[in-house]
Amino acid sequence: MITLPFSLPQLERRQQDSNLFRYLSPVLAIALTLLSGALIFLWQGQDPVEGLYTFFILPINDSYGLAELCIKAAPMLLCATGLALCFRANIWNIGAEGQLLMGALFGSWAALQVMDNEGTWPLAVALFSGSVAGLLWAGIPAVLRNHFNTNEILTTIMLNYVALNLLLWAVHGPLKDPDGFNFPESALFEASVTLPVILEGTRLHIGALFALLAVSVVWVLLSRTFIGFQLKVIGMDASAGRFAGYKEKALVYFALLTCGTLAGLAGASEVTGPIGQLVPSVSPGYGYAAIIVAFLGRLHPVGIVLASLLMALVYMGGEMGQINLGLPLALGSLFQGMLLFYLLMSDVLISYRLVWKKRPQTNTQHSAVQEGV
Amino acid sequence: MKASFKKTLKQAATVALSAAMTLGLAGQAVAKEDPLKVAFVYVGPVSDAGWTFGHDEGRKEMIEKLEGKVETTFVESVAEGADAARVIRKLAQQGNDLIFTTSFGFMNPTLKVAKQFPKVKFHHATGYKRSDNVSTYAARFYEGRYVTGLIAGKMTKSNVIGYVGSFPIPEVVQGINAFTLGLKETNPDATVKVVWINSWYDPAKEREAAEALIAQGADIINQHTDSPAPVQAAQDKGVFAFGYDTDMAKFGPDAHLTGSLVHWGDYYADVAKSVLNDNWEANDTWGGINTGMVKMAPYNKAIPADVVALAEKARAGIASGDLVIFEGPIKAQDGSEKVADGVKLEDKDILSMNWYVQGVEGKLPTN
Repeated sequence: MITLPFSLPQLERRQQDSNLFRYLSPVLAIALTLLSGALIFLWQGQDPVEGLYTFFILPINDSYGLAELCIKAAPMLLCATGLALCFRANIWNIGAEGQLLMGALFGSWAALQVMDNEGTWPLAVALFSGSVAGLLWAGIPAVLRNHFNTNEILTTIMLNYVALNLLLWAVHGPLKDPDGFNFPESALFEASVTLPVILEGTRLHIGALFALLAVSVVWVLLSRTFIGFQLKVIGMDASAGRFAGYKEKALVYFALLTCGTLAGLAGASEVTGPIGQLVPSVSPGYGYAAIIVAFLGRLHPVGIVLASLLMALVYMGGEMGQINLGLPLALGSLFQGMLLFYLLMSDVLISYRLVWKKRPQTNTQHSAVQEGV
Repeated sequence: MKASFKKTLKQAATVALSAAMTLGLAGQAVAKEDPLKVAFVYVGPVSDAGWTFGHDEGRKEMIEKLEGKVETTFVESVAEGADAARVIRKLAQQGNDLIFTTSFGFMNPTLKVAKQFPKVKFHHATGYKRSDNVSTYAARFYEGRYVTGLIAGKMTKSNVIGYVGSFPIPEVVQGINAFTLGLKETNPDATVKVVWINSWYDPAKEREAAEALIAQGADIINQHTDSPAPVQAAQDKGVFAFGYDTDMAKFGPDAHLTGSLVHWGDYYADVAKSVLNDNWEANDTWGGINTGMVKMAPYNKAIPADVVALAEKARAGIASGDLVIFEGPIKAQDGSEKVADGVKLEDKDILSMNWYVQGVEGKLPTN
């Protein structure tokens, strides 16, 4: 083991976590991110005020920008809402991405079958098919966990890749536009299977309202219903839940299937909304970004709404920085990374404090753990 | 109080900054007209050393050729999903007069935005849909690939060539077929194995695919993906490779035999000039070796002089039109006659090519 010439600070458990800072820590993380961002702009020779303005204000300084923000946030919001439900119950669903892709795939498949019909029902069929596909896809890890004791982290991650490859196969094969010169794209969807725009002159579609509706329902579910209470209990202490007679397996099904439905709806809304056809790159990783959103939002519906808007803004800011200031694209990812880093750091410091002290000569239990790291 | 002070400070800073910029620019711009604002939308990072890098080199060349007359903006790594339309629209809204969208996945977003901005001129690379203000352009990459095929036939010892493909679309299939026709010309026993990675730019996957092909006996790697990873893999494994888009020799000095290069600079400058001269029209451009849009990278010293001479003769023949690559007789993969003797494939048939010639192994995924 390497002995350092100086002593490293150690983490010491605080007597009590600060409830105030549990909610303030995202705010603190955002503030630190902005501050670091300003320093990076300075270092890059940019005016920090102009840099931050370009990154965080310019993308949304008109109604079109605001509409785009909501479009970008909607799929992350839907996924994060479902994920929050799972995470509250200690169900580590990393599979929102795959559930979203299956929603996009089967939503598109249904859309292509029924789009020659008039009326609103073809759209309903497409959205319903997408949601059901997401539900069934999430059902696989649920069955595996409940009946075979499989770790859902692994199964959901692996199913993401399966879903992506199914989508690629479909878009290169059966769903490919027959008049499309073999390009891996489906035919463009007709108006009958396109989500109606709710703000004239923008692309803001009704899917954004689905997301808000989903958040409200989950909020009520978590805070006002017995099933929400049960989910929280098994999340905090599964044995306590069992002792109280809660049906853990049923709760696992409930959380995963709900999440799958919402993610599937998000996927179907993307293809019938802003994209308007099935393409190989439906999602730039919304399902993964939603994990950050869920935690940034403290697994709380209101927090998740704000967090999804912020994540969307960071994506758009990255584009704006490139267009207006010629800044590298990586800066956008840097902001996302800093945000998560500062959040996790703040969270650790809520429960622990740093103590600079001389390394004790005789090993105590505590430092043994530290040195083990 | 504090907040309003900050606001004032910010406004003051913004005003001061814009004033400084205006003053600085005003000095230069007194006698000149406003420069033409040209924007580029890239699918990969400009540092990909391949496709996007090539377009960005073209952008720089255009700036050089039309010094002072153009002002450019680019956005890199734009996803081919819902984001593309937002980026393209933003560029149009910000007063760009001419916008190049440089990946086939931007086709429908480009057309959607073009409808909303009829005065802005759009050029979409490698697509097939046009409108009053949307042109399309592409390069006949396959011409250069035929030349690499001739060389491959002479250089291979295992008679197995590995081909790292991106998407099984006509543009890529043309390349595989042209390469194979060249290969068969000089070495009737050689065959081509293709691995599809379903991405334009994914260095890890590209490398994996190249290594898998080498493991299956390929001693030359060709690629239709955008990073130099396959060339690097070939260099590490001691086999040969052909680059693509840009001269990739520095990524594999021993492995890199040559490559089919694309050169967009002249095209970009010509298009910008036509807008400046007010004689722009929506059209379709499909440039090849004859227009200088497709070039060959320098030949590696490992290629014998007679093989270089053979390659150069073919290149000159393609440029003059004496050599037509897709001219019958061409046999399809199963040995049946696909193009009869003396028949030349028309552009529309080449543009929708979805079949393999004889000598390519495996099944085209889309059939």
